[in-house]
Amino acid sequence: MFTAILSITLLGGLFGFGLGWAARKFQVESDPVADQIEAILPQTQCGQCNYPGCRPYAEAIASGEADINQCPPGGENQITALADLLGVESKPLNPEYGEEKPKAVAVIDEAACIGCTLCIQACPVDAILGASKQMHTVIESECTGCDLCLAPCPVDCIEMIVRNPATSDWRWPKPRPEIPRLAVIADQMGMTDAH
Amino acid sequence: MSRKFDTGDAPHFPAQTTVAGVMRQVLYALVPGIITYCWFFGLGILFQIMLAVIFALLFEALMLKARKQPLKQYLGDWSAVVTAVLFALCLPPLAPWWVALIGMLFAIIVAKHLFGGLGHNVFNPAMVAYVVVLISFPQVMALWPPPISIAPHALDFTATIKTIFTGGLPLGLTWDSVSEATPLDAIRNSLASGHMVSEARQSPVFGDFGGLGWEWIANMYALGGFWLLWRRIISWHVPVMMISTVLTLGLIAYLVDPGSNPDPLQHVFSGALILGAFFIATDPVTGCTSTRGRLIFGVGVGVITLTIRRWGAYPDGVAFAVLLMNMAAPLIDRYTRPRIFGHRN
Amino acid sequence: MLIDQTEQARTIGEQVHHFHGGLHLRHNKKISCQTPVQRTPVPSLLFIPLFQQYGAEAKATIEPGQYVLKGDEIGCFDHLGSGYVHAASSGVVKAISRLPISHPSGNDGWCVVIETDGLDQWKKLEPLTNWQHADPALLRREIRNSGIVGLGGAVFPTAHKTEEANKRNIHTLILNGSECEPYISCDEMLMREQPDLIVLGARILQRAIGASRIIIAIEDQMGVVNIALKRAVKKLSDDSIKIIKVTTIYPEGGEKQLIQVLTGLEVPTGGRPADLGLLCQNVATASAVAEAVVEGKPLIERIVTVSGSGIQQPRNLLARLGTPISDLVSQCGGYTQDVARLILGGPMMGYALNSDANPVIKAANCILALTKSDIQPQQPELPCIRCGDCARVCPAVLLPQQLDWLIRNQQWDKAAENGLADCIECGCCDFVCPSHIPLVAWFRFGKSELRTLAQERKQAEVAKQRHDARDDRLLRIKQERHRKMAEKKRAIKNKAAKKIKLAEAISRAAARRERKE
Repeated sequence: MFTAILSITLLGGLFGFGLGWAARKFQVESDPVADQIEAILPQTQCGQCNYPGCRPYAEAIASGEADINQCPPGGENQITALADLLGVESKPLNPEYGEEKPKAVAVIDEAACIGCTLCIQACPVDAILGASKQMHTVIESECTGCDLCLAPCPVDCIEMIVRNPATSDWRWPKPRPEIPRLAVIADQMGMTDAH
Repeated sequence: MSRKFDTGDAPHFPAQTTVAGVMRQVLYALVPGIITYCWFFGLGILFQIMLAVIFALLFEALMLKARKQPLKQYLGDWSAVVTAVLFALCLPPLAPWWVALIGMLFAIIVAKHLFGGLGHNVFNPAMVAYVVVLISFPQVMALWPPPISIAPHALDFTATIKTIFTGGLPLGLTWDSVSEATPLDAIRNSLASGHMVSEARQSPVFGDFGGLGWEWIANMYALGGFWLLWRRIISWHVPVMMISTVLTLGLIAYLVDPGSNPDPLQHVFSGALILGAFFIATDPVTGCTSTRGRLIFGVGVGVITLTIRRWGAYPDGVAFAVLLMNMAAPLIDRYTRPRIFGHRN
Repeated sequence: MLIDQTEQARTIGEQVHHFHGGLHLRHNKKISCQTPVQRTPVPSLLFIPLFQQYGAEAKATIEPGQYVLKGDEIGCFDHLGSGYVHAASSGVVKAISRLPISHPSGNDGWCVVIETDGLDQWKKLEPLTNWQHADPALLRREIRNSGIVGLGGAVFPTAHKTEEANKRNIHTLILNGSECEPYISCDEMLMREQPDLIVLGARILQRAIGASRIIIAIEDQMGVVNIALKRAVKKLSDDSIKIIKVTTIYPEGGEKQLIQVLTGLEVPTGGRPADLGLLCQNVATASAVAEAVVEGKPLIERIVTVSGSGIQQPRNLLARLGTPISDLVSQCGGYTQDVARLILGGPMMGYALNSDANPVIKAANCILALTKSDIQPQQPELPCIRCGDCARVCPAVLLPQQLDWLIRNQQWDKAAENGLADCIECGCCDFVCPSHIPLVAWFRFGKSELRTLAQERKQAEVAKQRHDARDDRLLRIKQERHRKMAEKKRAIKNKAAKKIKLAEAISRAAARRERKE
């Protein structure tokens, strides 16, 4: 019996050392988690997650302060990607922080604009063109739809417009789950596919 | 005047094969082997098959109900029947009825549905069942009757039924008198007692190259296997690699040490090798999918089978070999992915 | 590496290679080749969609109420000077409204409705009669202005392809006459009836891109075509044109597969045939080019195969763009009793239409009507049984099984790694799957998701760059301010110090003066 205990202990120790050495020798260098998280976030810089931008939110997730489902512009796809990255359970978007909306862009009503530059200062990606006492306009292609310019405008001349999908924007839809088991379970859970 | 139409996805011609169709072809391919089996060993095996099929369908229906899945589609795909038949063909013909029960319980409930159902199981359900009953009931699984032609006391039809369902033998007979060592058993026993393989081969249970009766059954299985190859139900990679590995390594072992190694053809025609090569190791769900992967899979099963036969504790290693390679299949698949068109590796 | 491949590509046609996988499908082409191509009469109303080419919807360049002649421009991309759409007959523009446009989504799109006046009068045609000596750039411009797109079904703008080709070194022009999808026979009929036009178009394209050789690829079961084309080529006694027969196996007609069969080379992923010094065009596109250059006629009509078990008398028709499909069907004797599905394209890759009010578009190479028994699956979808048949037949050497798992679980990175973007949507995998999994539908969804995600990634990157630039700018402004403040403070200090120094100097001087006195 003594030999058995000794041999198993020795073997265990040997393999343990081996694994430890291998873990260190073959370690794959990877970006710090915050960088990886930030790469997944949509960079809207809207602050709906209660953090002043995407980088602070990424760091908050990395440090465990924030949850992964606080970002409405990222949507469900993003929550799944974050869950995969961090090895945690995926969860639905937290409605406290907003809901998923179709992508809109800001449009300034030029007739009403007074040239105060408050919206220009508010835009986190410098997508508004203009100067003091000069006309302001939103560069449509750069606008991330973050809504931050709406509040500062003293004459309320900015509107969020959802672009009508053009024929060229159409994408093939997700096939309905026709596998009998999924269809049955989906029905029972009240989740009929509305994709 | 315009006319409206329902739409649907491309391709607009549905696939010609069905899962049930594939499964049924496998069953047809087993028929010659089963008939030959009955010819040599009596009708006991038919009862095992019947029991296994009934229990398999029962457990399948139970699990489908429990998992809230539609019964018709999944019972109708015949996969449980194939599992049951392949399992039953590994049982001794006189095994009691509860062996099939316990086997199918493990095959259908544990190995298949608890892993996710059709297409999701990691291990071959028939082999899981066989290994479970083999390890749990070693005595029962060792009681193999010899071929009728050389059996001192062959049981007739009613006696067979009685034995299977009651576990008892007709008056005056003992298990010793109705069962005999299988060819692989005989080799193993004689090696254990220090004799050479050639001496073991003098036993009447041996035929021309394999066991008496067993070699013909194996031939018929091979016939069924060729038919499956022709119908493109299975691909040649696993059977060819498995059998050629066994032949090659068996030949080398035989040339090196003919005393303790049977000749390669003996290896091929005994035990479940041919059945395994064409019907069990080719199970698509639990095997590899890439062609290179299948080649490796076949070689692996061959090597492990021979190792277990030569040095392991069991006379036949096909079941264990298949299960071990099932474990390795996802990894093998990962490393044998083909180079995609236009990619440079 | 690419240079070696280009060299190898010059050996094109010397050996016939094979591609991985593929299927032997029943052709079903003979039924629509019994009669010669017939013209479809111009209908009273033409519904010409503005979405006619791969990628974008043109904008109308005419107003309702305007009178147009056949061949007049009615739409183009406003800022690119391309994507031209032309009036298919003379008449009055009745409206520009949202109507069915034969789109796979079944959605409506912008359509120019022309009420034809029955005169069918051409606009003033300006053919390039001296094309043999014309500047290739002129030829390419003519192709662009005529609205010619790939007529094999992909409707990729030919002008774009030829401009790209001109920038690269193209040595061989391949004309793709291997129409591999079952039922479709429009190219075969065109090759039978108009081989001279095709060869002419090939030579024009050759000049336009500067290729030295032309290869016309046809299927080995196209016996009559072979004879007709050979005769046309012989007339020219031109050594640079060669006709090569390739095996009839689906999807031979795919550009990448055809190139692999002719040269043994694979178009690199994400690359184009131009990377190998090759350019591939459909034979119908070539004939459209010929008509555009030599006769000055823009693309306003095409040959459409109307076939399938749901059509009484399948045949090939020459129809104007904008003709409702119902007109074509009535010309073929109407539908059969149990017709169940109307498809634009072939049975493997075509998409189903929700009504026959949809018009003929540039992409309409075939209208297929199938009966219930044709499309009825024998089994509902079951889980994948990992049989591997899909990988066996995939021409792109993908693992459809793997891709299916990954897409269903939204593992987009791994899906991209496994080559989802290389899928050509041929449908071979779908056709052999015993579990009847709708693989093509999943891959089409997956590919568009990948593209959308890539787009979103790019946009997010740009947004991040702008945000970082803004942060830097604000920081810079802050630092500038601090620096200025510091400088001012120093200046004040200096001034004060100077003042003190001056005061001291003055007091010292005063003291000295005082001592003197």
